[in-house]
Amino acid sequence: MKWSEIFTSSVGKKWIIALTGLFLITFLIVHAGLNACIWVNDGGTMFNAGAHFMGSTVVIRIVEVGLMLGFVLHIVQGIMLEIQNRRTRKIGYAVAMGNKGSKWYSRSMGLLGTLILIFLVIHLSHFWIPNRSNQGWLLGEEINLYERMKITFQELWVVIVYVVGCISLAWHLLHGFQSAFRTIGVTNKKYLKMLNALGTGFSIIVPFVFALMPISFYLGWIK
Amino acid sequence: MENYNMNLTLKVWRQKNSAEKGGFQTYQVKNVSSEMSFLEMIDVLNEDLINEGKDPIAFDHDCREGICGMCSMYINGRPHGPWQNNTVCQLHMRAYKDGDTIVVEPWRANAFPVIKDLMVDRSAFDRIIQAGGYISVNTGSPVDANAIPIEKDKADAAFAAAACIGCGACVAACKNSSAMLFLSAKASHLALLPQGAPERKSRALAMVAQMDKEGFGSCTNTGACEAVCPKGISIENIARLNREYMCAAAVSDKG
Ligand code: HEM
Ligand code: SF4
Ligand code: FES
Repeated sequence: MKWSEIFTSSVGKKWIIALTGLFLITFLIVHAGLNACIWVNDGGTMFNAGAHFMGSTVVIRIVEVGLMLGFVLHIVQGIMLEIQNRRTRKIGYAVAMGNKGSKWYSRSMGLLGTLILIFLVIHLSHFWIPNRSNQGWLLGEEINLYERMKITFQELWVVIVYVVGCISLAWHLLHGFQSAFRTIGVTNKKYLKMLNALGTGFSIIVPFVFALMPISFYLGWIK
Repeated sequence: MENYNMNLTLKVWRQKNSAEKGGFQTYQVKNVSSEMSFLEMIDVLNEDLINEGKDPIAFDHDCREGICGMCSMYINGRPHGPWQNNTVCQLHMRAYKDGDTIVVEPWRANAFPVIKDLMVDRSAFDRIIQAGGYISVNTGSPVDANAIPIEKDKADAAFAAAACIGCGACVAACKNSSAMLFLSAKASHLALLPQGAPERKSRALAMVAQMDKEGFGSCTNTGACEAVCPKGISIENIARLNREYMCAAAVSDKG
């Protein structure tokens, strides 16, 4: 079996989405952890030190390429999957099954993913793109990201977009976290129980922490 | 429970053949006994239709005792009707009350084209089985029943998976029309047993390839299949199949 056959098959596609999804989850932990430095409330000294480390360390910048690849693979496979799955029932039901047997968010992964994608484009254009372009896309001078956050999150609509993005992420993960482990073949009930609990906690706490960041700036909790 | 009679409004999908466009027809069914099965209620309606010189409603059925997997009706938004772990033939009219409206549709999936009315062509399932849902054995005198020791837990899990009757409700319920609950049950009950070991890898690959060719979708673990399965087949089988597939695909040295 060729790799190309494996990863275009229905099961192989899901493996890619699951593995990249889990990789993106580890990225979320790092991202949330580092950004939490804003709450030190020291005018951004600690946060900017962390941001500088991430932006100027060669190894991390190489890992960043891996992260982009992870996003691209996840999104491309996710959209392909969604399109193919939507084509499997030309004539639909008159009476929809609705929530009899499944949760709405488990059936809305494509929609939730698209909302995350829209958020992602806005988010990257706020911070990552200006910063990297200032660096000449290599290891040049970075912008003061803390100051930039302060300015960006003065606008209410921006804060709302970020909160909606975080809520979409929460629903996406509420299904995605545990689903990914099923996709990679975890059948052990003991571990599934643990992973379900962990997934629920993660899906609520991490997006909540992210959402608190723009809110904290907007409400002036951090200066 | 007390017996009672009821009058019902039925909206049934009627379609002459696979080429023609179908539509809903409304029927009034009078004096239905709560002790009838759902299929018997349709039988009564069909008798009336025949007496009126009309074409009776075509639907699949065979054993009428919940074991063959032929009956297949999507009733009021749920495959096999409102009861858990149940086939339509074992659904009884005491589930309904006087004046109810019941909408009856065929299984919907491109891979299950309508043959007529409520009958769909499920031969795609047969082709998935033919692709790898078997074990190869030497014929001749039968082997002693307990010649190979099998761990009790594995035997139980294999037995539970083998309970799948191939009805297709899982496909009908799935938003992706995925056949993974069926396929994984059929692959699992063999993969869990020593007799299934020699063909374990080729089986997973061949069955998934056939499923994809038939036009079923990917599994996204929504759980709708498990919720409607008349035999309580666990979604855990899907996770096992995912593992079986990648273990086989990653080490296969063809191509
Ligand atoms: C930080 C961002 C993201 C994370 C952490 C994430 C995580 C995950 C996880 C863990 C899964 C479950 C995989 C599985 O069921 O096997 C998943 C599935 C999926 N994701 Fe994402 N995702 C993210 C962004 C996106 C984006 C931007 C899109 C698309 C536009 C997307 C679309 C999908 C789709 C369509 C699925 C498949 C649905 C399913 O199998 O139930 N995701 N994601
Ligand atoms: S898994 Fe359940 S719903 Fe699917 S075909 Fe088998 S018995 Fe029917
Ligand atoms: S007719 Fe055999 S299972 Fe319903």
